[in-house]
Amino acid sequence: MSAQAPPSAAVEAVLAFADDELVLGWRDSEWTGVAPFLEEDVAFSSIAQGEIGHARALYELVAGVQGGDADALAFDRAPEEYRCTPFVELQLVGDWAATIARHGLYEAADEIRVKALMESDWPELAGLAAKMDREETYHRMHASMWLEKLAGNEQLEAALVELWPYALGVLEPAQRPELAKLLGRDEVEAVERGTHTEGFAALHEEMTMVRRSIPGAAW
Amino acid sequence: MVTAEKVWAALAELPDPEIPVISLVDLGVVRDVQVEGEQVRVEFTPTFLGCPAQEVMRDQMAEAVRSLGAEPEIDVVLDDSWSTDRITPEGRRKLEESGFAPPGPRTATGPTLVQLEAHAFRCPYCGSNDTRLENLFGPTPCRSIRYCESCRQPFEQFKTI
Repeated sequence: MSAQAPPSAAVEAVLAFADDELVLGWRDSEWTGVAPFLEEDVAFSSIAQGEIGHARALYELVAGVQGGDADALAFDRAPEEYRCTPFVELQLVGDWAATIARHGLYEAADEIRVKALMESDWPELAGLAAKMDREETYHRMHASMWLEKLAGNEQLEAALVELWPYALGVLEPAQRPELAKLLGRDEVEAVERGTHTEGFAALHEEMTMVRRSIPGAAW
Repeated sequence: MVTAEKVWAALAELPDPEIPVISLVDLGVVRDVQVEGEQVRVEFTPTFLGCPAQEVMRDQMAEAVRSLGAEPEIDVVLDDSWSTDRITPEGRRKLEESGFAPPGPRTATGPTLVQLEAHAFRCPYCGSNDTRLENLFGPTPCRSIRYCESCRQPFEQFKTI
């Protein structure tokens, strides 16, 4: 831990980031076994594993400041306590075009977020963000490869338009113009954090099921 | 009397849990060893954050220190100080011998799709460079899958990171 405790707003932002990565990892993992072909089963499973690994490291950072542990933060909170953006909660399994649209939009937003955190005054966070950035390079390459493959596809283009307000909501308002410029889209009203989608209750129920089944067990 | 040399030697005997041909020291995940009397502090920097072998590595290292009669403290350092450039030449040789293509050198900007899609990675089986990217992702976070057009064999490529 740092000699000086990081400001609580920074800790809250890290917790929100962790929730994003955990829930997105969960949604990505829903493709395991049902992706369009075997390589993508492997790819989406690996991406999911990466996002959840990032979530764990971020939760550990928060736990180092607030006390408790990463698992408790990930699985013992009530649904309303999660701060993830509605974007990551959307259940898109079965819709490959929308999944690729979210993948591309999320990775673009996430790159802006991670690069900013690499400059953080909180040294552990800056170090962790730098490590995450290296790993995310592969997620970004995968997303851009698919966006290129599906470029011009009507379903993809429609999904990109539909999901754009959600993508903006990943970032702090001050970072949104950068995303809009990067993707060549106009800034619109964002779908903000603070509310949950209808499907989140079921996701939370499923995600915490094993942990709740034997309280206090060491896994 | 425990010395840093003895600790390094003990850690060099520990296989990577997922790629057992290479040791944790050859993998470059041991960043530092400090000995103070009976206390041994090991700085460990995992490969990938999502790597499920992290706990196994940490526990193996603690056990190895205990077997030397010392008290371990394994400090997990989560920053970007680990890169595949930390894999030793010996580690690279062992990877390749077991059919596992070692990572390419890391450039300042990191890997790009253009580089990875180039036919420039050497097949660990036949030595041909006529290999193509099959999948950026593989069975563990650290691996990609490539295919050798020459000997028609898929192989695993350690990701450059």
